Amino acid sequence: METKAFQKIYTKVTEITKATCTLKATGIGYDELAVVNDRLAQVVKIRGEDVTLQVFSGTEGIPTDAEVVFMGKSHTLKVGDELAGRFFNAYGQPIDNGPEVSGEEREINSPSVNPVRRQQPSELISTGIAGIDLNNTLVTGQKIPFFADPDQPFNQVMAMVALRAQADKIILGGMGLTNDDYLFYKNVFDNADALDRIISFVNTTEDPPVERLLVPDMALTAAEYFAVDKKQKVLVLLTDMTLFADALSIVSNRMDQIPSKDSMPGSLYSDLAKIYEKAVQFPEGGSITIVAVTTLSGGDITHAIPDNTGYITEGQLFLRTDSDIGKVVVDPFRSLSRLKQLVIGEDTREDHGQVMNTAIRLFADASNARTKLENGFDLTDYDKRTLDFAKEYSRQLLAIDVNIEIDEMLDVGWKLFAKHFKEAEVGIKKNLVDKYWPKQEETE
Amino acid sequence: MSTTGKVSAIIANLVYVEVDGPVGQNEICYIKLGDVNLMAEVIKVIGKYAYVQVFESTSGLKINDTVEFTGHMLEVSLGPGILERNYDGLQNDLDQMDGIFLKRGEYTEALNQEKEYEFTPIASEGDQVSAGAWLGEVKENWVSHKIMVPFKLTGEYTIKSLAKEGSYKVTDTMAILTDKEGQEITVTMIQKWPVKRPIKSYKEKPRPFKLLETGVRTIDSLNPIVEGGTGFIPGPFGSGKTVLQHALSRQAEADIIVIAACGERANEVVEIFKEFPELEDPRTGRKLIERTTIIANTSNMPVAAREASVYTAMTISEYYRSMGLRVMMLADSTSRWAQALREMSNRMEELPGPDAFPMDLSSIISNFYARAGYVYLNNGATGSVTFIGTVSPAGGNLKEPVTENTKKVARCFYALSQQRADSKRYPAIDPIDSYSKYIEYDEFQEYLNENISQNWIDNILKAKNILIRGKEASEQINILGDDGVPIDYHINFWKSEIIDFAILQQDAFDKIDSATPIERQEYMFNKVLNICDFDFEFKNFEEVAGYFKRVINALKQMNYSEYKSENFKKHEKELGQILEERKAEPVSN
Ligand SMILES: Nc1ncnc2c1ncn2[C@@H]1O[C@H](COP(=O)(O)OP(=O)(O)OP(=O)(O)O)[C@@H](O)[C@H]1O
Ligand SMILES: [Mg+2]
Repeated sequence: METKAFQKIYTKVTEITKATCTLKATGIGYDELAVVNDRLAQVVKIRGEDVTLQVFSGTEGIPTDAEVVFMGKSHTLKVGDELAGRFFNAYGQPIDNGPEVSGEEREINSPSVNPVRRQQPSELISTGIAGIDLNNTLVTGQKIPFFADPDQPFNQVMAMVALRAQADKIILGGMGLTNDDYLFYKNVFDNADALDRIISFVNTTEDPPVERLLVPDMALTAAEYFAVDKKQKVLVLLTDMTLFADALSIVSNRMDQIPSKDSMPGSLYSDLAKIYEKAVQFPEGGSITIVAVTTLSGGDITHAIPDNTGYITEGQLFLRTDSDIGKVVVDPFRSLSRLKQLVIGEDTREDHGQVMNTAIRLFADASNARTKLENGFDLTDYDKRTLDFAKEYSRQLLAIDVNIEIDEMLDVGWKLFAKHFKEAEVGIKKNLVDKYWPKQEETE
Repeated sequence: MSTTGKVSAIIANLVYVEVDGPVGQNEICYIKLGDVNLMAEVIKVIGKYAYVQVFESTSGLKINDTVEFTGHMLEVSLGPGILERNYDGLQNDLDQMDGIFLKRGEYTEALNQEKEYEFTPIASEGDQVSAGAWLGEVKENWVSHKIMVPFKLTGEYTIKSLAKEGSYKVTDTMAILTDKEGQEITVTMIQKWPVKRPIKSYKEKPRPFKLLETGVRTIDSLNPIVEGGTGFIPGPFGSGKTVLQHALSRQAEADIIVIAACGERANEVVEIFKEFPELEDPRTGRKLIERTTIIANTSNMPVAAREASVYTAMTISEYYRSMGLRVMMLADSTSRWAQALREMSNRMEELPGPDAFPMDLSSIISNFYARAGYVYLNNGATGSVTFIGTVSPAGGNLKEPVTENTKKVARCFYALSQQRADSKRYPAIDPIDSYSKYIEYDEFQEYLNENISQNWIDNILKAKNILIRGKEASEQINILGDDGVPIDYHINFWKSEIIDFAILQQDAFDKIDSATPIERQEYMFNKVLNICDFDFEFKNFEEVAGYFKRVINALKQMNYSEYKSENFKKHEKELGQILEERKAEPVSN
């Protein structure tokens, strides 16, 4: 950490806890950054002359005569076009052996958008994945997490979504990424020849966990630069927000705060909302879309982290392994994009809403039939057909390895309806059936 | 001379101020940080230290920064021009702010000071008046906005002079009053009121008794709310709280709608900004926005102002009630407000109550709900504030402090069920767990008998009974299998499904189905219950589901058609034919 010659150096630390150290100092601003023996710290409490600093990498080994230098400012990031293609750590320092970025220095804790200045999100993001585009359509300016168990391939799906979405910039905020996952992202972006559209802020499992608290703000400061100043469409990927929240609880625990549910700090909702609400459609065309990952433990969504996330985001995408086809699918029941109605049938074909709902309803019928079967009751002919339908629907539409245009997804839907059901059984509006129901020979 | 002070400690947005004079609990002060002033509220005083909660980020604040106290509590400006405005939690006009981002310490005027209003006197010079008395009125959109004797005045006054008919700005002198000692008080169209105090310039607050039509069938037909009533909507995330509140704000039969978007998503408020200027209020033909005020303190806006936002909204609601208007106030979500209280209480290191919420959460919630109500004003006119809040229970579990404490005070309980939401049975209000205490009120029953229908309450009880029986039947069928139970079980189950599909479920996004006027509700409710009264003949259980699906389909088609239109009648006739196929003699009650 560089310090400037004229800055005052304090050397009398009066109190040290697991996360903080306190010293006597004057003229210090709240939130100001300091360096304690080369470790970055931030002012979290001032009482008269007693200034308490939270040391991000922990206080292990900090002596009472540590050198403390205040930096006169809070966290900042230098923003500019040079950010593109670069990899940084949680403090915004290059980790790719490239040069320092020059540009305008901005505080990373930027103010909120005035709600009356927001535009309603309205532009469809297509990903090629039918479990998303068909059933849970995404829109620019939306914020939505993947809810997934740790063994699901969520980083692969995120990378896929990122590269297929027509974003001007993709900003990766990696928190607690394993080194392998970090290299995975680097590789995928490299191979796709997309590096010049991508900026990464990465905290890996090798870095102190508390440092990752800075990652979302860094990523979103860069995002705001491109979305506001450059009017670009920016996609921000945050993975894994559960590890971010864990870091919050480490800090609040070390600072002896009263925990609320699941040992999480009482402010978890506000802390997460401050990040996710940065997703916005600006009036002048720029936008920030946030796609995040929240890993679950044992699929439990009532745990404080997914629970608070669900109350903040505009829906969630559930990944699950479908044992019927042995593939990972986007669960049509538990997933929801709350902004999909803004584009379905408006930006997409008129039959989108009906095909989506009908297929999900038939899929639900199949799941009832399965329960019946498990309980030893007889299946009707209809039940059996729903099971056949469900298998093909999973394979041809729900699986995450599907990559087709939305119109084709709809055509596949119709084809499956016609193959397994009679017109009257699907209960779709007459005029749509007349128009889209495949002719006999097509289904053979 | 007003009190000043110096910052002596900073812990996030809790600041200790060493003061040089008297300060009051809840007094407002401004902390100088460079060239911006940060608004803050006193929440505790110990010796010469005032503990203040700052409504903004304290980043960069230093020890010894100067503080000025204002001598008053957090107040709102009341006067014409509140409708159609979008305020933040502290009543700053959001549209008047510059730029895309909110700037710290930027405060804007709540009321337009330049606009002129046409004034017509109501009182006369020489009249004896007291707080809340109507001096005159101006037109605010289509609302007759009363200019009143300020609520802060106590005792009797004489009107010395009163403005003549004509156009005036809100800051013009509208009247001069004299008190018993002959002291003169100038009255303009604006008055200030501290948000945490209820406005009590009314004669009497009886138990509410008038139906408040919402157009939402599962509310009006099954668990009705009343003018001046209270209700709450708990439910896990994604179960439909916001969609339901938006429906109420569009359709409820109220003169004024006050929406407090308290710690929720900004995009949801944007939806209202976008829709309300375009949507029409069917009763007045005017745009919905004209009767609406939005207090937007979304989740990314300062947490301390979240608490203020619900009080700001309630005070504005009470102000319009004092004009003899029916106000409906909606708050989404009251849990976020409670969380803001919790954050501050923890920072103050107070002894925590359950789930680390403050110990006095229960009394805070009950005092707030108590501000709603139906009132007789001193001049005999009536007004009401109906309040419905949402609750976002952690993990969807209703055994948590905010839900439990709200349940003690709110008279209507609209529990959203995850299961109903998952199976897309919207609105997901659980028909069996939910209740309206008002149906037990004699005066409400009388009101229904006289004004709506003789058998409304009977219908409610009957429908709930059918729903319970249906639920029991479905449980038995699940355990014993389709052919393990008598056919009657299937019929009972399907009768409850008819009520579910034709009455309870309602498409919030369909132009016709979204709002059902009370007359139409009565017609359909009677029709459906009538069907449930019939005995049906089936040979085996396999015939049952298919048959009732047709009945339900015909009823749903009726719901989607314009009331009493050709289409409506066509589907009604179809329904009649379907019923003829199977119906035996009516069951005698
Ligand atoms: N009456 C309804 N008709 C059709 N769809 C509905 C209805 N109510 C809710 N939904 C669907 O459920 C979604 C979530 O509803 P809503 O936003 O009201 O949930 P909520 O309870 O407010 O959740 P949160 O606590 O996260 O704010 C909506 O986006 C919509 O897709
Ligand atoms: Mg909501």
